[in-house]
Amino acid sequence: MRRPTHTATLGLALALPILAGATAQAQEKPVLTVYTYESFTADWGPGPEVKQGFEATCGCTLRFVGLEDGVAILNRLKLEGASTDADVVLGLDTSLLAEAKATGLFAESGVDMTPVSVPGGYSDPVFVPFDYGWFAVVYDSEVIKTPPTSLEALVSGDPGQKIAIEDPRTSTPGLGLLLWMKAVYGDDAAAKWKQLSGRILTVTPGWSEAYGLLTSGEAPMVLSYTTSPAYHLIEESSDRYKAAAFSEGHYIQVEVAARTAKSDQPDLASRFLTYLVSPDVQNVLPTTNWMMPAAQTDKPLPAAFGTLVKPEKTLMLDPQAVADHRRAWTDEWLQALGR
Amino acid sequence: MSLALFLGGALAALLATPGVRLDPVGVLADPYLRSVVLFTLEQASLSTLLSVAGALPLALALHRTRFAGRGLLLRLFLLPQALPVLVGALAIIAVWGRNGIMSNGLAGLGLPRLDVYGLPGILIAHVFFNLPLATRLMVAALDAVPAESWRLAGQLAFPPATTFRVIEWPAIRRALPGAASLVFMLCATSFTLVLTLGGGPAATTLEVAIYQALRYDFDPGRAVVLALVQVVLTGLVLALLLRLNTAPANGFSLGRRPVRHDGPSLPVRTAAIVILSLGGGFVLSPFAAVVARGLAADLPRLLGEAAVQDAALTSLLVATAAATLALALSTALLLAVYAPRATAGSATAHSRARLLDHAGGLVLVVPPVVIGAGWFLALRQVADVFAAAPVVVVAINAVMAMPFVLRILGPALATSAARHDRLAESLGLYGLARLRHVEWPAVRGPLGLAFAFALALSLGDLGAAALFGSENFTTLPLLLLNRMGSYRTADAAGLALILGVSCLALMLCAERAFAPRENVA
Repeated sequence: MRRPTHTATLGLALALPILAGATAQAQEKPVLTVYTYESFTADWGPGPEVKQGFEATCGCTLRFVGLEDGVAILNRLKLEGASTDADVVLGLDTSLLAEAKATGLFAESGVDMTPVSVPGGYSDPVFVPFDYGWFAVVYDSEVIKTPPTSLEALVSGDPGQKIAIEDPRTSTPGLGLLLWMKAVYGDDAAAKWKQLSGRILTVTPGWSEAYGLLTSGEAPMVLSYTTSPAYHLIEESSDRYKAAAFSEGHYIQVEVAARTAKSDQPDLASRFLTYLVSPDVQNVLPTTNWMMPAAQTDKPLPAAFGTLVKPEKTLMLDPQAVADHRRAWTDEWLQALGR
Repeated sequence: MSLALFLGGALAALLATPGVRLDPVGVLADPYLRSVVLFTLEQASLSTLLSVAGALPLALALHRTRFAGRGLLLRLFLLPQALPVLVGALAIIAVWGRNGIMSNGLAGLGLPRLDVYGLPGILIAHVFFNLPLATRLMVAALDAVPAESWRLAGQLAFPPATTFRVIEWPAIRRALPGAASLVFMLCATSFTLVLTLGGGPAATTLEVAIYQALRYDFDPGRAVVLALVQVVLTGLVLALLLRLNTAPANGFSLGRRPVRHDGPSLPVRTAAIVILSLGGGFVLSPFAAVVARGLAADLPRLLGEAAVQDAALTSLLVATAAATLALALSTALLLAVYAPRATAGSATAHSRARLLDHAGGLVLVVPPVVIGAGWFLALRQVADVFAAAPVVVVAINAVMAMPFVLRILGPALATSAARHDRLAESLGLYGLARLRHVEWPAVRGPLGLAFAFALALSLGDLGAAALFGSENFTTLPLLLLNRMGSYRTADAAGLALILGVSCLALMLCAERAFAPRENVA
């Protein structure tokens, strides 16, 4: 499927305007267009297997559109409005749900939710959870011998041991930590942020920069997910990076999919959502998307997943409250960190 | 003008989104934004000052001395433009970070480790990305000094200080406003570097606020107002720089290959060695980090992957197409401006050219996220956005490269016009014949440099390539970022090395193709 690009790129150098119509290929099979994020469609991501598996039975062509992240997906949908090409949107997360619902662009999934079980009991007629992860502080065990055992210990710990965090204005994990602090400390969050600020090495625009600081040895701690160590265990056979279990509980991020109200393939879209929570897909998500499966698998998870932190308490704020207060909480965060 | 259309179209399309309202007063009264604006101006001014001030001695040293590896060094100086900013940031941290080479050295001496997060880190990063750029522009200006000047300086045995005052400084001065304004624009719109090395939200630029407005708050009206604030502010700063007088060099030249006759004296050579080691070390050390990390990756496997080969080919085609387009558009624009006119006189032509230069440069100040969203909206009315993605990416990359290209070609053409207009007219040289005998010899060297710059910019560009999310359109930087975002740090490091090496190879080919036949400097 990759070949046409180069012809197209080559062609554009020679003849710019002709191109627009060039991809209108004759297609007898219906096409199901799925907006998702790039790492889902990557060669090593779940995308290829999901595509192959679904196309084997659906008599259709599955087309992924890989955008930057969940926020980009929602924004693309807002830009396109009712005329969107998307039949299914895959990869929004719980902090975006109220806004997503408010667009009125999504329809009830019609998916049987019995196999689905997410800690904290998230359930919704429109959005279908397909995987989840808890935010966690991941640390370099070669540098940190006694990791913090609670958010409180992180906040009040040795300022010489630094943590890299993400910016809530530009990234999902950054917003995750903001909500985590809010869920644990409520009105005291600002004061706790001030206290934590001495330990913050830097605030990066996205997860990649922050995680790069951890693996390059610049920061001994980073805000990531409880599942991060599984990647290093399975792909690199290394147990150097570990997640710290916090006694207050961990904030959860649930990733969901939904079908659009204006889709011209509503049945296919519903079938795809059902397929997403079937064991076929759920089996592959842990080791391709590095998240926890949101529904039953029919194969046991790899042994590495047994070693991960299992939060005793799952924290999650109501999506509507998040939508209502995000701006104010971000401003509070800005104030606390010295703006 | 096409540039204005390109940008205005994007802004207009965004504003046409239903439910968008403009509230400039509300936006400008916001104290958060006021402090953001102040910080943006502060860091950009300091970064520009340091980059340009550092480039001056480096350009002189590079031009005064000849040594093995000089050509390679000059090419490496183009490479920061091709380095995805995220890779650059981590490379800088590998040198200057808490656990970087410098800190480890200091710790070995029993001294405290460096803590550069904050303004110092931002400045280091901006100087790393922009000092080489300013240096190359200044070296290009020195290269444009006619052979006769050097011969005269040699015959009169000018001491270094006099050579500087009479020949070098006037040449560099002409390149200064262009270089400074370019660097200023690049630093004012910095995003990833400012956040990553800034240490916290106290370091926030307008670009961050625009991104936040469009992405997280989905408030196109606010994003457009902020983008306009950014354009106007930068325009004001550029207008100040424009006031620096930069009349083109006059004087007749036979267009011989310039050769310097002032063999460097011992003190000059010693100073040059010191400057080159410091400047070169500063610019090259992060590259060393990129190379070291890249070599640790599984390069043979990466090179064998179909995804990598496809992305490399896509990047190559996009960069070549974008660089060609940028060169074609810029040359056409400049030739129109400098078209020989019996009465207009070169002063008018020159002020028109400068205006063009600076106005065109503003394209760099409109955030790609705004251009992208606007164009996405506009395009989907008329075409399949995904099919059009390569075209739009090439167009955006070409437009982004034009300010660089104009700054390199503009002075060369201006000088050539000033020197040869009268002679050409008296000889009755017009049209193609004039182009071949007058313009071509004057710009072929600068064309090579401009092409190399445009290639590097387009190769390293992520903004435009990331906008559309088409499954079949992945460039090398995009692939790199994807791997980085999926724990594949080693792969990303390997890809950064592959990207850098391909960029060098491409630039080498481009410079060869444009170099005068007798010699490749």
